[in-house]
Amino acid sequence: MPTLFDKVWDAHVVTQVPGGNQVLYIDRHLIHEVTSPQAFNGLRERGIPLARPARIVATADHNVPTKDQHKPIAEPLSRKQVEMLTTNCAEFGVELYGLGHPYQGIVHVIGPELGITRPGITMVCGDSHTSTHGAFGAIAFGIGTSQVEQVMATQCVLMSKPKKMRISVNGELQPGVTAKDLILYVIAQLGTGGGTGHFVEYAGSAVQSLSMEGRMTVCNMSIEMGARGGLIAPDQTTFDYLEGRKFSPQGAAWEAAVDYWRTLPTDADAVFDTEYHFRAEDIPPMITYGTNPGMGMGVTDDIPAPSELHGAASMQKAMTYMGLEMGQRMEGMPVDYVFIGSCTNSRIEDLRLAGAQVRGKRVAPGVTGIVVPGSQQVAKQAIAEGLDKLFEAAGFEFRGAGCSACLGMNEDKVPSGRYCVSTSNRNFEGRQGPGARTILASPLTAAAAAIEGRIVDVRKVAVPA
Amino acid sequence: MTPFKKLTSTAVPLPIEDVDTDQIIPARFLKATTREGFGENLFRDWRYDKLNHPKEDFVLNNPTYSGEILVAGANFGCGSSREHAAWAIADHGFRAVVSSYFADIFRGNALNNGLLPVTVSPEVLDEVFRTIETDHTARFTVNLEQQTFTNEQTGTVTGFAIDEYKKTCLINGYDDIDFLLSQKDKIAAFEGARVDHSLSN
Ligand code: SF4
Repeated sequence: MPTLFDKVWDAHVVTQVPGGNQVLYIDRHLIHEVTSPQAFNGLRERGIPLARPARIVATADHNVPTKDQHKPIAEPLSRKQVEMLTTNCAEFGVELYGLGHPYQGIVHVIGPELGITRPGITMVCGDSHTSTHGAFGAIAFGIGTSQVEQVMATQCVLMSKPKKMRISVNGELQPGVTAKDLILYVIAQLGTGGGTGHFVEYAGSAVQSLSMEGRMTVCNMSIEMGARGGLIAPDQTTFDYLEGRKFSPQGAAWEAAVDYWRTLPTDADAVFDTEYHFRAEDIPPMITYGTNPGMGMGVTDDIPAPSELHGAASMQKAMTYMGLEMGQRMEGMPVDYVFIGSCTNSRIEDLRLAGAQVRGKRVAPGVTGIVVPGSQQVAKQAIAEGLDKLFEAAGFEFRGAGCSACLGMNEDKVPSGRYCVSTSNRNFEGRQGPGARTILASPLTAAAAAIEGRIVDVRKVAVPA
Repeated sequence: MTPFKKLTSTAVPLPIEDVDTDQIIPARFLKATTREGFGENLFRDWRYDKLNHPKEDFVLNNPTYSGEILVAGANFGCGSSREHAAWAIADHGFRAVVSSYFADIFRGNALNNGLLPVTVSPEVLDEVFRTIETDHTARFTVNLEQQTFTNEQTGTVTGFAIDEYKKTCLINGYDDIDFLLSQKDKIAAFEGARVDHSLSN
C-alpha cells in the first residue's frame, strides 16, 4: 500500500538516524550560479572533493542577460558570479551548460528536456522550484546552500520524511483554462502555508490528461503552498516525452527503465496524511490580486474581503502595495508589462499557446511585452516554428534564455509602481524589481492582456483552438 | 557553527504574516559569493526607501526595539530556498526567530546556521506581540536544552519542538556535513548494493 512518494523515498534511504532523520541518497544534483559558490568554498575550506561529480549538472540562469548573450555580462557582480560558476565547475570537474552553450537555460527547464530528470529518481537543487521535476514521478526538492555543500560532499541529505498529501482534480478543464490556472486555483483554496510539511501528489483525471509541460507547471508551484515538493505518477505521457531525449536510456535499458517506472504509481489502497478533491469544471482562468501566490481569484471575480487565509492586516498591506482595493474588480484594469517566461511557463507548449493567442494581432500601445524562452533548446524550437517572428510581428520582444523578469536579479526588471501580468510563480513585493506590481496568470491570459492592454477574460476574447 | 544553549533577550516585533524570503533579502542582493555581509540588506526594501534613506516606520530602524530575538507572524520564511535569508538574519545579530510556523526550507536553513526557529502557538505569539507593545524592554528566554520559551514579563512558559538530532547539533555547534561525512561507509555500501532501475548513472 505504499504511495508513489513512499516507493521512491524508501528506495533511497541509506540509513535511519536516531531522532527521526534519514540519510537520503540523491541521484541528481542541479546547480546554478547563485546558490553554489559558498558551497564550493566550503568544500575547499574543508579540503574535500566532490563525492560524485558525474551526478551534478550546472547551468547559469538567474543572472544572465536575455539580450546580447554573446557579449560579456555588463553588471560586474552578476558577471563575477557566473564566472565563478565556470571556474568552480572546471576545478571540480562538473558538467556545465553555461552561457553560450546550446543546452543552457533555466535549471528546471533543461533537466527535463535533456532527459536528466526521470521517474523514480531523487533530485535536488539549491532552488525552491526544483519541485518542477516531480512532474516525472521523481522526488525533487529545493535545498539551501549548506545542503548543496552536503550533497556535493556526500551525495546525501539528512532529512525526516515529509508527510503525504494528495490533491485530486477530476473532470475536464474548460476552454481557456490551463495547468497554470489549475495550480493557482488550488493554491488560492489552500493558502501559501497549506502544504507545509508535505509532499503533494497531484492526481485525478484532469491532472492525468495534462501534457508534461502542464504537469511541470503544476508541480513547479507546489512550493507556493509551502509543500516540500509535488509529484505526479509516471504514465505513457511521461514515457513518450522522455523517449529519445539526449540523456534518456536507450534500447534494452530504456525498456527496463520503463518496466520499473510502471511499478511506481501509488497503490490503490494507499493512505495519505491529507487529501483534497477539486472539480476541474469549477476552475476559471485565474489571476492574483495580492502579494503572495495564495491571493488568487477568477479573472472576473472581485478582490475578496479578508478571510481566514488572509487576515485583515495582510490584505491591507497587499492592497496598499498593489494600489488596489478590496471589492474591486480587476477585469478591464490597464496593465503596463506582460512577461511570458520563467520555469513555470517558458516551455515550447507555453510559447505555442501564447503565440496562438497573439497571432496576427498587435500588443496594445503603452504595453511592453517580453517573451523569454526557458532554454536555448526551447528558443531554437520556437525559432524553427516561426514563433519568434510571430511574437515580434505582434510587438513583443523575443529574448534569449534565462530567468529574466521572474526575479529582480538580472537586467530585466519591472519599474516601480507598474503592473505586470506575468506567467512566473511569485507575486511577492519587489519580486520583479523594487515596487513592481505582479499579477500572476497563465500564458493565455498574459498574452490576451498584452493585446488588449488590460486584464481580460480569455473566454471573452476568443480562445485559440 | 556557534553553539546555542540558552538565550535571554529583548525582542524585535514584526507582526506580519507570510514574510517571504524576497522581503528578507531581495534577489538583487544575492550576488555575493561568500556568506558574509548579508545583514546590511536584511529587509532591504522595507528598511530603506528608494534613495536608501532608512524608513522611520520600519521596526529595524526604530531604536526603541532591539535584541537577539525576532518575533514574526505566521508562515515566516516562505518562498525561495535562498539560505542568504538565514545568513542575513543571523548576520544582523538575531539568534532566534519566534513565529507560529515557519516555511520548511527556511526552517532547515536557519538550523544549519545556528539560528533557532522557535515555533509557538498563535495564542502565545499574540501574547508576545502584546507584551512587547506594552513594554519594549520585556525579556524572553529561549532555553534549547529544556525546549522552552519563556515570556519573562508574564511568566508564560511554553514548550517547543525540535528534533533530537538537530538539538544536539545546535547545542554543540555541529554541522550536518560532519555527520554525513561520518556515514561515508554506509553511503558507499548503499551505492554498491543498489540496483538503479532508473539508470541515472
Ligand atoms: S525562473 Fe524564476 S522561479 Fe524559476 S528558477 Fe529562475 S528565478 Fe527561480
